[in-house]
Amino acid sequence: MIKIVPAEFDPFAEVQAYQAQQAALAGKYGATNLFIGTMRDFNAGDKVKGMTLEHYPGMTEKQLERVVTEAEQRWAMLDSLVIHRVGDVYPDDVLVLVAIWSVHRGDAFDASRFIMEELKSKVPFWKKEILVDDNSRWVAKNSDGYL
Amino acid sequence: MAVAIKIRYFASLKESLGREGDTLEFEQALNVAEVWARVVPAQAMPENTLAAVNMEYVDMAHPVLDGDELAFFPPVTGG
Repeated sequence: MIKIVPAEFDPFAEVQAYQAQQAALAGKYGATNLFIGTMRDFNAGDKVKGMTLEHYPGMTEKQLERVVTEAEQRWAMLDSLVIHRVGDVYPDDVLVLVAIWSVHRGDAFDASRFIMEELKSKVPFWKKEILVDDNSRWVAKNSDGYL
Repeated sequence: MAVAIKIRYFASLKESLGREGDTLEFEQALNVAEVWARVVPAQAMPENTLAAVNMEYVDMAHPVLDGDELAFFPPVTGG
């Protein structure tokens, strides 16, 4: 399942609630991998006090679904939950959750990494940072997570 | 036959252009780059601009058809 959410969310509560609803997982999964991306209070040498996350409603969901489907084709995933924040966010807010359930750990680790790297390079979200001096700037580019 | 499309801009591009989108009607076939030249004649397309037609990534030579939604935006920075 994928969700784009405009308000703060608790990734652990989301994972717990989602897993409890998936009757098909019971007794079948040996691995659950959680990736949680959180907002820092600094970037590129500057203190950041907030951010606005913009997206392209419709395309964002479509491209995120495609990334998850591609991961499902490449790894033996039993289930997944991907949640991404939009709107105004602040340091320590959770920006993204990728939870993967699989029989063995390798699939959950690798699918999670793939989904995050693809999300960061292909899914339409844009961050605008608000610095402590109230100046704002768009983040120009995501770095390659494998470098 | 006239063709009508909707154009949308996002993030820094929306801000620098000062608008969320445009509509364009045209007679002869246009591709993505040619649409930009029509709707933003005063400014060359920034080098790293991405384009999508009907929410799928396309290259700048992709033809634009009647009823399409064409979007221009900078590199994505989510996650």
